Parts: sequence; C-alpha cells; structure tokens
Amino acid sequence: MSKSTEASDFVDQQEEYKYGFFSDIESDVAPPGLNEDIVRLISSKKEEPEWMLEWRLEAFRAWEQMNARDGEPRWAQVKFPPIDYQAISYYAAPKDKKTLESLDEVDPELLATFDKLGISLNEQKRLSGVAVDAVFDSVSVATTFKGALADVGVIFCSFSEALREHPDLVRKYLGTVVPVRDNFYATLNSAVFSDGSFCYIPAGVRCPMELSTYFRINAANTGQFERTLIVAEEGAHVSYLEGCTAPMRDENQLHAAVVELVAMPGANIKYSTVQNWYPGDKDGKGGIYNFVTKRGKCMDNAKISWTQVETGSAITWKYPSVVLQGDNSVGEFYSVAVTNNMQQADTGTKMVHLGKNTKSTIISKGISAGKAQQSYRGLVQISPKAENARNYSQCDSLLLGDKCGAHTFPYIDVRNASAQVEHEASTSKIGEDQLFYCRQRGLSEEDAVSMIVNGFCKEVFKELPMEFAVEAQALLGISLEGAVG
Amino acid sequence: MLKIRNLHAQVDGKDILKGITLDVKAGEVHAVMGPNGSGKSTLACVLTGREGYVVTKGSVEFEGQDLLAMAPEERAREGVFLSFQYPVEIPGMSTAYFLKAAVNAVRKHHGLDALDAMDFLKLAKEKAKLVHMDESFLNRSVNEGFSGGEKKRNEIFQMTMLEPKLAILDETDSGLDVDALRTVSEGVNAMRSPERAMIVITHYQRLLDHIKADMTHVLSDGRIVKSGGPELALEVEAKGYGWIAGDSQAGHSELAKVAKAVEGPAS
Ligand SMILES: Nc1ncnc2c1ncn2[C@@H]1O[C@H](COP(=O)(O)OP(=O)(O)OP(=O)(O)O)[C@@H](O)[C@H]1O
Ligand SMILES: [Mg+2]
Repeated sequence: MSKSTEASDFVDQQEEYKYGFFSDIESDVAPPGLNEDIVRLISSKKEEPEWMLEWRLEAFRAWEQMNARDGEPRWAQVKFPPIDYQAISYYAAPKDKKTLESLDEVDPELLATFDKLGISLNEQKRLSGVAVDAVFDSVSVATTFKGALADVGVIFCSFSEALREHPDLVRKYLGTVVPVRDNFYATLNSAVFSDGSFCYIPAGVRCPMELSTYFRINAANTGQFERTLIVAEEGAHVSYLEGCTAPMRDENQLHAAVVELVAMPGANIKYSTVQNWYPGDKDGKGGIYNFVTKRGKCMDNAKISWTQVETGSAITWKYPSVVLQGDNSVGEFYSVAVTNNMQQADTGTKMVHLGKNTKSTIISKGISAGKAQQSYRGLVQISPKAENARNYSQCDSLLLGDKCGAHTFPYIDVRNASAQVEHEASTSKIGEDQLFYCRQRGLSEEDAVSMIVNGFCKEVFKELPMEFAVEAQALLGISLEGAVG
Repeated sequence: MLKIRNLHAQVDGKDILKGITLDVKAGEVHAVMGPNGSGKSTLACVLTGREGYVVTKGSVEFEGQDLLAMAPEERAREGVFLSFQYPVEIPGMSTAYFLKAAVNAVRKHHGLDALDAMDFLKLAKEKAKLVHMDESFLNRSVNEGFSGGEKKRNEIFQMTMLEPKLAILDETDSGLDVDALRTVSEGVNAMRSPERAMIVITHYQRLLDHIKADMTHVLSDGRIVKSGGPELALEVEAKGYGWIAGDSQAGHSELAKVAKAVEGPAS
C-alpha cells in the first residue's frame, strides 16, 4: 500500500514539473560569498569596461548599507527564512569559455538541454520567425537570427556582448529606468548581474520577428541575476518574450533579475513572460525565490505592455511597472499568476501617471490552489500634472479548494482631480457544484478545471503571442494537476 | 435499462433514501412525484454519482453494468443525463465551448470522431431552434445571468445535443411560463424513442399533460409509497399526498416484500 503511494507520488512529481532535469555540463563556478572581490571577479571574467566595474561597485556598496541597515524588504505578504547571501555563489557559467560564432559551436549537451525544454535552437533558427537568446546559468549561450536582425539595424544579443560591442548604448540607458539604489534586490542585481539580453530597435523600425530569451538555472547553490535592457527608439515596435525554467532542487535558489524598458516617443514595447521556475515540492521544499524588478518608461505617445503568466517559483515578488512620463502614453499589465501547494506570490504592478492624457489598464487574474497564498498588490498613481489620466484595474481571484488564500492590496494615489480611476475586484471559487455539473455532462474533472481556469484567464491569454498562449495553457494544466478533490 | 434495488443512501450521515426499488425499461417514461424533501433530487444525485451522497445498501444496474461503480463522467458518457433542478452557472466558460467539449467527450467514449467547430455549430443551431432558444446564448457563459426559465431550456437543449439513453429531469417544469413549458415539453417529446428512457421528477400534472408518462411513482420519506399508471398523477394533483400517506403502511409492506424477494434468501 505505502509502496504504491510513494510510486504514485513520484510519478505525480514527474508530471508536475517536467522541466526538473539537471544537465551535466561542466561549469565555471565562483566560490560562495559576496564581497568586492567577487564583484571584481565577475566584471573581469566578462572583460568589462572600467565604468561598468565602477557602476557595479557603487551598487555593491549601496547594497551593503541596505543590508546592514534593514536587510531584505519584508513588507510583502510572503514568508521565508532570512537568506544567507554569503552562502550563494554569484557566478556560474558553462565551462566552454571561448566566444561562440554560431550555434554549431555550442556544447551539444547544452543544445540537448534546450531541446528538452521544447526550445530547439536549431529548429527555431530554421523554421520559426522567433529569434532566441538562450541564457544558461546567467550566461547567454546562443542567440539566433542575428544576421536577419542586423539587416534592419536591430541589435539583439547577450548583455555581455552588448557591453563589448555597443558600450555607449548600454551606458546611455542602463539604470535610467531602475536606478542602482532602487530596491534591495535591484541593487544586488546591479552589483552582481552576470548576463541577460540586450535589445535595441532603431527609430522607425518594426522588429521583423518576435525576440525571445529562455532562461535556465542549472548549477546548484548559485543565484541567477540577469539583466535585460530593451530600448525602442522613436516610433520603433518590438515584441519580446521570455521563458524560464530550473531543475528540481531541495534548496531554495535566488533569482533576482532586473528588466528595464525604454520606449521613446511613439515606440511600442510588448513584453511577455511565461515563468515556470521550479516551485518546490508539495511540502514547500526547494524552489526558486523569484524577486524581480521590472519597469518600463514611456515617453510621449509610447506604449508598454506587460503580459505575464506565472506558474512557477516558491516565492514570487514582482511588480512589472510602467512610468508614463510622456503625454498620451499608455501602460498595460495583463497577468495570470498561479500558486499551488505551498507556493506564495505577492505580485502586481505600478502605473505611475506623470504625463497628460496617459492611460493604463491592469487585468490581473490570480489562481490559488492547495495551501498557496497569493496577493495582488497594485499601485495607481496620478501625479498633479497628469491631466485627464485614466486607469482601469480589474483584479480577479479564483480559488480551488478552501485551504488557499487570495488577497488584494490596491493602492490608489490620485493628485489630479481630472483623473478617472476605476477598480474592480472579484473572488470566485471553483465549486463542487460546478465540477459536478461538468462531469455530469461527460467531462473529466481535470478537463473541467482546465476549461474553467482557461475561461477565467482568457482576457490575458489573448494578449500573448500565439505560440506562447498554447504553452501557457498547457502549463496551467500541469501546475493545477490534482489541485481539486 | 435501469434496475434500482433496495437503494439506501445517506447525506451527511442522515438517511435520506430508505429502500428504493424501481425498474425502468427502454422506451418508458416514469414520473416521480412526492412532497418537498421526500428524496427525489437525492435519488437523481445518487444515480448520477454526486459526491457526498453515500449509498449504504442496495444496487443500481444500468444496461447490465454496475452504475454505482462508475465515476460521474463515465455515467454521463454511458448515457445518463440529469437536467438539474438548479442548473449551475460557470462564469467565463462559453456555452458553445462547454457543450462542444461535452459532446466530444461522449463521442470519444463511443469511438466516434470529434465534431469540429463547424459541424458542432450547425448541430447546435438546429437543436437550439427545437427549444426556441436564441443562438446568441451559445456565446454566453454557461447559465450566467440566464433567467430561471432560460436555464431550464438550456438543460433540455443540452439533452438534445447529448442524446442520452436515460434522461432524468428534475423539476424541469418549475419556473417555466406556459409557453416555455410547451416548448420544453416538445423538446422532450421529440427525444422520446424506443431506445430511450426518462425519469421525470415533477410536482405538477401540467407537465404530465404534455409529457405522457407510462408509470407514476410517489416518493415519501425516502421510499416509493405508491406506484401506478398516469391516473395516479391526476389523483395526486386532485387530492394532494395526504391520502397516500394514510395508505403508506400498506404501500410500505408491499414494497418491503418486493425488496426482500430481490435481496434473496442469502441476506
Ligand atoms: N447536506 C445535507 N444534509 C442534511 N440533509 C440534507 C442534505 N442535503 C439534502 N438533505 C435532506 O434530504 C432530504 C431530501 O432532499 P431532496 O432534495 O432529495 O428532496 P426533494 O424531494 O428533491 O425535494 P423538492 O421537491 O423540494 O425538490 C431533505 O430533507 C433535505 O433537507
Ligand atoms: Mg428536488
């Protein structure tokens, strides 16, 4: 009896997190610990310019102060033991050090890993219209379609490469949206970030294909601190996707990324995320701490749209935000967050209206199952000069079972009387009666749950690029397996 | 088709069904009447496998199979359909999407190809006409914001789409205006066939004016206290349940005998 139970648990686990394999790739790992020498080591490993090292060191000193004064922020509705920042290794890279000229030079084991994730770099290169940058343990290993993009002047490469090839561009925009001292994790990231993606779309150019980055944490005991910077010059358009997975490990791993988006006048940036970091096991053992700062800045008539489907991580702490600095600029946030078992999420957005006639839309769908706790935390701020600003927020929570929780913390700060701010919230529950009704019509319980959940999320899914929408739906099914009953 | 033998069932530890024995053959329509709280809906829930309804004794055979051993969705796919007394709302799920999945789950079970969106819509529009439903409801969320009467119509519409072998209609007539009652009854009558059986739970003769039952049963306190032809329904309508209750001892012992015979000497 107990044997078969264990066996089924094991099978369940496989099903639940199918990306939990570990790749046996030799990697170059820095010893655990955080100090100036480590920051210098990272910078020198990456052969960075001097100003970059100085920038990192400034961040590191700021972080040390923050850490000594208050430690990590504790205002979010999540619980976790203090993190020992000296026990983490801040740099891990696949060993093969030489710069890669093409995909053919990538370690075959690495390519196999991405194949397993359903991202065949070779296939993608040949078939689809998606350019992929693959980041493995903080280091970008392959970027596809570079040539085709270069023809229209689009730069899409790893952050390290950008620092080597386009240092002036990076220097001009880095930290302009998320300053070095923005918050504890962003400051930490500024000190130790190892890689990430850089995109630059010149004025007037519509990026001819979706740009996408896949992040994979592989090495044990390492943190992942990637940095993404996207700049869309005047009138430029770009759609960017990121996907994330990690192996199953018993210890928690820290992921503290920073994403900065710059939308110059009339530019349009669409940023989509499917986040599926390892969520930990049923009892809450292991899993990624996902403490991420994402922010975009819109100049006149520009638009930034964040769309995210978050099913992974033991703890999620992130608030993709838009600073609507220019007149007539538009910010959007579409989010589906799923928490099951012992997962915790405190997530939402900030829409900061500075310019006139600025407009923002927030659609947040939270799904909780098992013993998971989820909070929506959203700020809508209308500054005194933001004439005729408009915001519409809708936060819906769906509960599966009665051991989970959903909380909503809207912060509305209006300092201009012409503003129109609307906030709607709802909480519903997949009830036994709904499931029985579906089953009485011949649907299995799993299908019924996934149909109800997909219906609940459809306003967000329709914002995702096609191929991601399919992936997102499948992910939701996996994440909620066995969540009812 | 359906053989219920000495069925006992509990809800929350409370005995609700206290020995129901009933045979329904293909092609027959059985009316089940009885005062509020007598166990009519409970019987429907037990037959369709709703959670929380615990069978403590007895058996149910459907087409030669042990119905009680099957999961609710298996029963549905095998052809047991319940028109709910209180149809459930499912916000965010369109009726068309929901029903297409249901129809295809049943088809798959019988080894048939899935209907594609075009074929499904064609069929759905045809059947919607039958119960005079506006096509637009196909795009609305299942039962959400439907009026009481529309919900009942939607139940019958789903029945015509799913073409069950055994349909259990739990107070499908309540909440319907006169015209709706007629269209719903027409929908039900159109479904009558020698291969199909129906159990029609109702309080009113007015439904049975439209849907002619072969047999009528009166349920009281979890037992069938009287069975008869269509005339029994008329009598109930005229005299209420009191006269049967007085007679119920006789009804009881008679049924008890049947139940004994069924259980056999072994028990
Ligand atoms: N969860 C429950 N706990 C205790 N008693 C219950 C529960 N559910 C139903 N019952 C009881 O079971 C009995 C039968 O209920 P049922 O719904 O089957 O009656 P009914 O014959 O369908 O009545 P109506 O004509 O009003 O629809 C009632 O006394 C009801 O209160
Ligand atoms: Mg009832």
